[in-house]
Amino acid sequence: MDATEKEIVGQEIAGAKGRSYLRRRKVRILLARVATYLALLASSLVMMVPLVWLLSSSFKDSGRIFLFPPQWIPNPWRFENYPKVLEQIPFIRFFWNTMLVTGVSMTGQIISASLVAFGFARLRFPGREILFLVLLSTIMIPYQVTLIPTFILFRQLGWLDTYAPLTIPYWLGGGAFYIFLLRQFYLRLPLDLDDAARIDGASTLGIYWHIVLPQSKPALGVVAVFSFMVHWNDFFNPLIYLNTTEKYTLALGINLFRGYQVTQWNLLMAASVMVSLPCIVLYALAQRYFIQGIVFTGLKG
Amino acid sequence: MSLIARREAIEGYLFISPWIAGLLIFVLGPIIASFYFSLTDYEVVKAPVFVGPKNYDRLMDDRLFWQALKVTTIYVATSTPLGLVLSFATALLMNRKVRLLGLWRTIFYLPNLVPAIASTMLWLWIFNPQFGLLNMVLRYMGIQGPLWLGHSKWALPALIIMSLWSVGGPTLIYLAGLQGIPTELYEASEIDGAGAWVKFRFVTVPMMTPVIFFNLIINMIFSFQIFVQPFIMTRGGPRYATLFYVLYLYQNAFQFFRMGYAAALAWILFLIILILTALIFRSSAIWVYYEGEVRRK
Repeated sequence: MDATEKEIVGQEIAGAKGRSYLRRRKVRILLARVATYLALLASSLVMMVPLVWLLSSSFKDSGRIFLFPPQWIPNPWRFENYPKVLEQIPFIRFFWNTMLVTGVSMTGQIISASLVAFGFARLRFPGREILFLVLLSTIMIPYQVTLIPTFILFRQLGWLDTYAPLTIPYWLGGGAFYIFLLRQFYLRLPLDLDDAARIDGASTLGIYWHIVLPQSKPALGVVAVFSFMVHWNDFFNPLIYLNTTEKYTLALGINLFRGYQVTQWNLLMAASVMVSLPCIVLYALAQRYFIQGIVFTGLKG
Repeated sequence: MSLIARREAIEGYLFISPWIAGLLIFVLGPIIASFYFSLTDYEVVKAPVFVGPKNYDRLMDDRLFWQALKVTTIYVATSTPLGLVLSFATALLMNRKVRLLGLWRTIFYLPNLVPAIASTMLWLWIFNPQFGLLNMVLRYMGIQGPLWLGHSKWALPALIIMSLWSVGGPTLIYLAGLQGIPTELYEASEIDGAGAWVKFRFVTVPMMTPVIFFNLIINMIFSFQIFVQPFIMTRGGPRYATLFYVLYLYQNAFQFFRMGYAAALAWILFLIILILTALIFRSSAIWVYYEGEVRRK
């Protein structure tokens, strides 16, 4: 075939080519979709397998957890593993201790951070910008730098082995990051209502309480869920401040449980499931706040 | 200043006063005190004795300090980039207009909802050399799995693997960033004939650099401070293979009661994090793109 012949043949098949091009393009898009879902499926499988293993181990008989090949569906189901954990460690007690510490710290953080954020967002005073910069820079300071003097201070105050070191600091400011988050939110609220209320003779505290707080439920929700997670999860502070077993939080209690003679993996997994449940339930109920908080952290942080 | 303005200022100070108190008592005071303690011999029961820079001198000759620094550096330098790449890749997948986005998001975020104590116990069990899931799977494939946490060569990689389980957090941050990229940018580049790779390289990546920058800094700072996992899983062993920096600091402060020495360790950590953060911030001028920013040449 010479060049002209090629051209003629080329023109003849051009129409067919156009159609087949479209078809190929469709196939390629379809393949890309399939590949996307396959990759997602495979990677979520990797993420889920440890969790399935956790659940499955927690319901197994103490002999069956050592079987090879591993049993994915427990046979027989040992639901009594869960009550057994409650017998072997004062789980309920640890649970209420953790609830108390988490509840008091969380409340302190919400109240205190929202007050401070209100001051920074809604009131004008000399030095406001500089103080806010100081606040932002404290987010960067690693916790360890202040750890030792803080520990010594609490020791001097006779607060060791009490819940005071785990709760009281959170009533003073409530954490720079939360203040920052709330301030950004308050800045976007319209001022009209504030002014109207002020004309009606409302005090500043009244404006904070009756006007700004009710409008900022989404932001307060974000602070609440993150604060809950942090305090519920905390291991380090209870570890250095609590000595008496009865005062332990769940994190310490579970670590204690693991230290008993031979590790009973099925019971340890049951205890781990139980300590995780409140966080997962919270996520199920307040997923919106989690997502908003994460988005805020990433895009405005 | 008018009466009203003065009143507003006073109220302003009152509103922020809890934070001011917290700043003085729990941040500024302790930072100064911690620097002072780092220059003393302080064993808690006796009053601190001023010794000058002796603690810092001793650090330089302390093999465990260097070991802790090495272990932590290896961990940060591997787990941070690996985590960033994996979470970015996952976010890209989720951003391809997939169905059931909420479900995928939840699956990937779920490990972040498991408290550290629970996930640590779970991975302790997964890494169990005889009966753990990982070695059982390897055995299935005819591979004799290592001792993992029990072997000085494998303990650190095990902790790095474990850290990748929580890539769901940064994934969601990336996803939010990807969803925020204006579609006009993609449309415009398509008109210019850009293919998938060109769009990714010249639209997605530049637009995502602020988010990458943020995740990099946060993950680096967090990884430097890892404590719970080595404390519970390995106690720093075997043969100091997982002696992380904060674990060594904890041991000095609360097991050997060398508060002065621990304060010096804390200050070195502070400086390292400060310098690294400053370096990343400096470098950001070259690789981070902010919309509306005028590039200086």
